[in-house]
Order: sequence, then C-alpha cells, then structure tokens
Amino acid sequence: MNAEVRAIKTPAEQALSAAFASARSTLPGKGAVAALREDAFRQFETRGLPHRRVEEWKYTDLRALMREAYPLAAPPDAAAKAHAKAAGDMFSGVDCRRLVFVDGDFAPELSDLKPEPGLSIGSMAEALASGDALVAANVGKTFVTDDVAVALNTALMGDGAVIRIAKGTEIKRPIHLVFAAGSDKPSSIFIRSLIVVEEGAKAVVIDDHDSGPAQVNAALDLVIGDKAQVDYCKITRARGLHVASLLASVGAKAQLNTFAFTNDAAVLRNQNFIRFAGEGTKAGIRGVSLLRGKQHADTTLLIEHAAGHCESREQFKAVLDEQAHSVFQGKIVVKPHAQKTDAKMMTRALLLSDEAEADNKPELEIFADDVVCGHGATVSAPDETLKFYLMSRGIPEQESEALLVQAFIGEVIEEIAHEGIRDALMFAALRWLGTHA
Amino acid sequence: MLLEIKNLHVEIDGKKILNGLNLTVEKGQVAAIMGPNGSGKSTLAYVLAGKPGYEVSEGDVLLDGESVLEMSPDERAAKGVFLAFQYPVEVPGVATMTFLRTALNAQRKTRGQPEVSTPEFMKLVRDTAGQLGISQEMLRRAVNVGFSGGEKKRNEILQMAVLQPRLAVLDETDSGLDIDALKIVADGVNALRSPERAMVVITHYQRLLNYIVPDLVHVMARGRVVKSGGKELALELEAKGYAEFQDEAA
Repeated sequence: MNAEVRAIKTPAEQALSAAFASARSTLPGKGAVAALREDAFRQFETRGLPHRRVEEWKYTDLRALMREAYPLAAPPDAAAKAHAKAAGDMFSGVDCRRLVFVDGDFAPELSDLKPEPGLSIGSMAEALASGDALVAANVGKTFVTDDVAVALNTALMGDGAVIRIAKGTEIKRPIHLVFAAGSDKPSSIFIRSLIVVEEGAKAVVIDDHDSGPAQVNAALDLVIGDKAQVDYCKITRARGLHVASLLASVGAKAQLNTFAFTNDAAVLRNQNFIRFAGEGTKAGIRGVSLLRGKQHADTTLLIEHAAGHCESREQFKAVLDEQAHSVFQGKIVVKPHAQKTDAKMMTRALLLSDEAEADNKPELEIFADDVVCGHGATVSAPDETLKFYLMSRGIPEQESEALLVQAFIGEVIEEIAHEGIRDALMFAALRWLGTHA
Repeated sequence: MLLEIKNLHVEIDGKKILNGLNLTVEKGQVAAIMGPNGSGKSTLAYVLAGKPGYEVSEGDVLLDGESVLEMSPDERAAKGVFLAFQYPVEVPGVATMTFLRTALNAQRKTRGQPEVSTPEFMKLVRDTAGQLGISQEMLRRAVNVGFSGGEKKRNEILQMAVLQPRLAVLDETDSGLDIDALKIVADGVNALRSPERAMVVITHYQRLLNYIVPDLVHVMARGRVVKSGGKELALELEAKGYAEFQDEAA
C-alpha cells in the first residue's frame, strides 16, 4: 500500500495548505488544541476538497466551486466594525440579546454582555487560547464525523461564540448571534461556536450570518442536556460561499427545534449532524430556502437515532426562480437498539421557472425493527387550481402567485414557536416575493 | 337580464362538453340547474368563473350586456361573479380573515373603490361568521385547512357574504353535507337573496331545493339546457329521474 495519498492539487487546496502552514502558530490554542488542529488538517490533506464523486457532496462540488481559497480574514478595523452596525436588521423588531462578530471576530463593544444568572458568554478564540475546559471537552466531540468541511473548520477555526446555559435556567430573550461582514475584501473566515444547554434549561438562539463576499466555513457544536429545550434558527445571507455545519448531541426527554432560512445566498451548504443520544426526545428540523438568479443552496442532514422512543420531523421547503438550484439530502439512521423511533422527513420544492432545478435525495438506514419511519419528496410548479381559487375571489394573477408561495412556505414557518422570529422570517419572505419577477 | 348565455360551445382537451347552451337569469332570481352526471353542470360553473383550460369555440356569456369571456377570473370577480366551489381549495399559511380582506380589497381596487376600513370589515365578518356558525378561532386558521366538508362549504358562503357578488354560482353546494350542515348553508344563501343579485344553484339532487327554493329550474343534459320550468320541475325529476333527458339530448 502506498504512503499517505496527498490529494492537494488545485490552487484552492494549495492555498489552504499554505494558509494553515503559516497560520498554525498564531491560531488560538496550544497543546491539545494545536494537536486537534493538526489532526484535522491532515484529514483534509489526505482527501482534499470534496467533489462530485464524493456521494455526500455530489450536488455541491466544492473542489469545482472554489477556484481559489481567499486569504484568512484580518481582524476588523474601526471602519469594518462601523460597517457591521446595521447587521442583524432582520430581527430589529424582536427583543434579543445581541452578540456581534465582525468578519468572524467577537466584538464585545457592540454586544449585549449584561450579566444574567445561569448564562455565560465568551469568545471561542479566548477559550481556545486559555485551554478552557468546556471547549476542550466538547468542541469536535459532539458528533464524530470525517466530513472534510468540518475538518477544515477544526483546523483553521478562529473565533465564535461560547455559550453555556446552566441547569434549569430559562433564558427568556433569544440570543442573537450576529455574524456580520465588515470588510468588502474577499477573505476566508472560519467560525467555530459551542453552545451547551444543561439539563432542564431553555434557550432560543438565532445564528444570523451576513457573509458578504467572504468564503465562510462555520461550525457549531450544540450540546443539549436531558429535558432541555432549544430553539435554534440559522439565517444565512451570503454573496460568496458559505458552508455551515451543525453538530448536535441531544440528551433524553429534550426538545430541539431547528430552522434554517435563506433568502439571498450565492452558494450555501447547511449540514446538520444530529444525534439523539437519549430516549424520549422530540425534534423538528426545518427550513425554507428562497432562491433566484444562479443561487445554489444545499441542505444536507444526517439524523442519527441512537436511542429509542425519539420523534424527529424533518420538513424543508424551497422556492426557486430563474436558474436557481436547491439540493436536499436527508439521511435518517436508526441504530439497532433505537426501538420505537418515529421519524418523518419531507422535502418540497416549488419551481417558478422552467430552468430552476431541485434535487432531493432522502435516505433511510434502519437497523431496528420496531420503528415508524417515512420520507417524501415533491417538486412541482405552482398549483393551478389553487391559483384559480385565489383569482376567482378577485386577487390578480401576480398577487395570487405570491400568496401561493406564501402559503407554501407558511406551512413550515408557522412551526416556529417564537412569534417575533416567525413574523420576522415571514416578513423577509414577503419582501423576497415582492421583488420576484 | 343580469346573465345571458348565448349558444355556448365549450370543449376541454379536445372533448366537447357544452353544446350550444342557452340560459338567461334575471336580477333577483334564483335559478336551479339540475342534470345527470356528465351533463356539463360543473363545466358551466367553471366557464362562468373563467377557469383556464376550457376553450369556448362558439357563443358568448354576457353580464349586464357585457361579454366576460375575455376577462380573467379576477376581473370577473370584480364585476361581481362569485363561484362557490364544489371542492373548496385549501390555502395553507393564509389565515381566513387575511384572505377575505385581501380578496375584498383587491376587488375594490380593480373597481376603483377605496379599501375597506378595518372596523367596518371586522364587524361584517364577525356578524356573518356568527350567523354561519363559524368561530373566531376558525377565522384565524388557514383557509379550509383541516376544515370538515361542512365547514368548507360554510366558508364559501362566508366569502360570498363578504364579497357581495351580483351573480353567485353555487356548484353542488350540498355535496358531502348532512341535513344539519345543509340547513346552515341554505340559511346563509337565503340571507343573501336580494333584488339586485342573481343566483345559479347547481345541484344533482332535489333535496337542496327544499331549503333554497328556486324561481326557475333548468335541466341540463349532454351540454345544453333541455327543459325549463318552475320549482315543481325539481320534484318531477326527483320522481322520474333523468332518463328521458338522456335520450332527448342525443
């Protein structure tokens, strides 16, 4: 057998190697963290960027999409921070605790750090540098995967949020993580966050990214304790490439609701690796993508029922106009002892033009014999009967089509428990509809 | 004449459904249209409302002397046409109240009228909904989603009451309803009778016409009107069935 295969060939792969080589000594974290980074980068080096012959990446060929890898982002200056002030405006009508990151770096002076019992907030860069125990115990350990995007993130991670919600604490206001683009210079940003919600705690988190022209690789380790309740929204607007990984481990009798939303992303991949490690948990994994032009959004899920008696509902809707492309890959794995698993996955795409394309790949891997699992996928044009019904009541054609799309995505947006967030997303969706050709 | 249908020939997917249909309905009249399956009753309803897919090869449909065939469904609605669907459509994600207001204001805008004021609108909807046994909670729910058959039909009548059409076409409003639901729907329809309004009640069974008593009854067979008469005609049909008309129309 040959020595290690070096798969670094393309200019982007070489640039990433060079970036790691020069940055490794200054990236935060020594000892164990540095070793973690080295390990992760080696994983990338043996396989290179994923391409279309890698099954999980067949519709989002990163090797082809990344002609080059931009240099690592410089820390934001005053101008960049000023530029980022208006970020997160989608939720300006919702009372949240804002934590602002500019070009991936935590900006405490722009954030709400008022102390709250049971809540601790910090910067990932600082935590890595100081050898923080919580970070050491959890980052890279919530969901074991050999995914290359995750490996690259682990190797090059700069800053992000570290949030811990103590046992039994209910955080009333949503925690709004605002990842804003400060600089207009194309750069690479590697964001890593950790959120630990301890037993019986409750929190709502909005992970809001406005990536600008940067190549962003974001990852979040989400640890949910027994009986905890977490509502997590991932919002993405990006003019460049944005790859985000949610790595979640969920305890027993917990509730997890996730919602991914985009109404303006050039190339987006949201991957969710979620493991139900305890019995009796209920989870809703949902999202809406609104795409036009040549936009591309890929939602890839790996939902692992590793404990029995859990219920998961995956519901995704995409609306595509012009030459947009949406991808949905959803895999549910039911491990051998996860009896009484109840998992249902549904993906629907609405095509508003002849050239739009939706690819849906639902997968079920079931190793237990007493389960209820199902999946459904549809791709369709607007329902003409529904359109006629609306028009017959006097609503003109364009408005009817907009209402129809609103109805289509409304079904999923209505599942969001927090009224303010729900309204904000519906409003953003309606704005998108208003400008649609 | 509020509605005048002249020698209407309609086909869909190359199949001829209406074969020279003639019908007039005056203001203030309730006209029942009965007939066997396949006679073209629903096609007539859809053509009046302007559903795409139907090709008019000959003839005309006039509303107050104005031809409506070139008008889109929303334009016809603004002119006062309303079709109560046999199978009302579910509109998930759009609350009934919102839907009603959007429709009413869209029609007013097309007619060059100002939008309805919120208090005015709320009162109108609350009063009418109350009479039809539609709860406030139902008004907040998405249109027809999770509604029973009876609730969907009552919702159609609510829409009719809010939109105040000049020509109301009720397509098999009684289908899928039990007696109690039927009575509520019929009461709602009867409450909307007016000298300025014409109603075309399409039904397969005579039973509905005990509750919505028509001024005229027309029998359709093979795509045209083959017999017209008073309300007793409905009882005759009940007794004898449609057999004699199947041959006649051939």
